Amino acid sequence: MKSRLDEPTIALRAAREFADGSVVNLGYGMPGLCANLIPEGRTVFFQSENGMLGYGGLAADAEKDYEMINASDQPVTPAPGMCFFDSAASFDMIRGGHVDVVVLGAYQVSEKGDLANWGRPGRPATGMGGGMDLAAGAGRVIVTMLHTTKEGKPRIVKNCTFPLTAKQCVSLIITDLAVIEVTGQGLVLKEIAPGWTVQEIQSLTEARLEPAADLKEIEL
Amino acid sequence: MTVNKIFKSCNEAVADIFNGAAVMVGGFGSFGGLPVNLILALANQGAKNLTVIANMGGVGFELSQRIKPEGYQDLGILFERGQVKKFIGSVPALGGMPPNSPIERLYNEGKVEIEMVPQGTLAERIRCAAGGLGGFYTPVGIGTVVEKGKEKKVIAGKEYILELPLGADFALIKAYKADTLGNLVYRKTARCFNPVMAMAAKVTIVEVDRLVPVGELDPEVIVTPHVYVHRIVEVPK
Repeated sequence: MKSRLDEPTIALRAAREFADGSVVNLGYGMPGLCANLIPEGRTVFFQSENGMLGYGGLAADAEKDYEMINASDQPVTPAPGMCFFDSAASFDMIRGGHVDVVVLGAYQVSEKGDLANWGRPGRPATGMGGGMDLAAGAGRVIVTMLHTTKEGKPRIVKNCTFPLTAKQCVSLIITDLAVIEVTGQGLVLKEIAPGWTVQEIQSLTEARLEPAADLKEIEL
Repeated sequence: MTVNKIFKSCNEAVADIFNGAAVMVGGFGSFGGLPVNLILALANQGAKNLTVIANMGGVGFELSQRIKPEGYQDLGILFERGQVKKFIGSVPALGGMPPNSPIERLYNEGKVEIEMVPQGTLAERIRCAAGGLGGFYTPVGIGTVVEKGKEKKVIAGKEYILELPLGADFALIKAYKADTLGNLVYRKTARCFNPVMAMAAKVTIVEVDRLVPVGELDPEVIVTPHVYVHRIVEVPK
């Protein structure tokens, strides 16, 4: 059966990338879902750019504290060992390379790993937030996004046409159809959604995809 | 002998904010750390042509109900009332929300100017002003619109851009507790931009949940030393 992954499933696949003991920042929107999807047996320290390290998961309604929010404005739960700091200290942590992984949403990613995730036509007043700092400073940038736009146009392109967040920063792209690694030699198709063929995925992608020798179905 | 920094109301504390002033406003995004009562007092006071420096431009009361069940006030009210000439921050409007926040409406009508600054660069520019520095070189924004018109420098093989300090006439700050000298502690993520902004304005005005006598705060956990704080208003929760 041919299907597209839903957002929690994309986030679940992204969370599998977090090594035990790593420091991970989750960007606005879909990436935030990763907080509740950590593989069993692993400890991950979530960093939030508003000044928090080591929170638990997303808070249920009954336990919401609006003075303990993640960068998506969602209340989160406390965890032993967590700490708070101010915005300047938080971005020292980010720019200084102390965050191992960041998961960001995107409008477009280019074949070179350029990221465009903050501005789009018709919305000149939306801002980059901490995205540029995270893309420039985090050890590894993972993008989670839908493979195509609402109109069915590719988001994985030869060159980004939307305003850039940072150049050549993305390592891994996880979409509702595929997992794609950005390498010096171009984009490598590592995993595909159940029921889809390489040709079908390529037809929805502007940049050329090189199927991996060990290409497989997306594993969850 | 110490100066009395305690004000009875937010209205009195913001009374002398003048037309054309640069005003920093603490907080991060929609809630947690926003000095909501000082913002409302400034809206009622009516100063115009303000330059507002804050992380986010606010969504306004109407849109806020999408995020928080009962809704809340934020910077949106200053835009709604036509008090803001220019906004400097990292998220003027949220891409994940409909395009009808007050700032986005006014920007699209050409009635407000926006200077977009990456969030970490915003914090660091403010810290430079606070600490008497002339600026800093950062790799953030290289290859993007942010580098436009800025000095570039290669340091140890890596490209950087020069960013300049950003101070203000007034800072509106939210803290959890103050002692009567003005030492401040914060609560959880409501800390965010507040401590760095508190240090970077000529006049720093803080609203706190609780005002306590000098000596009651543990000196080891004070985040903002009292020299940075000029006016305190207690607004019990």
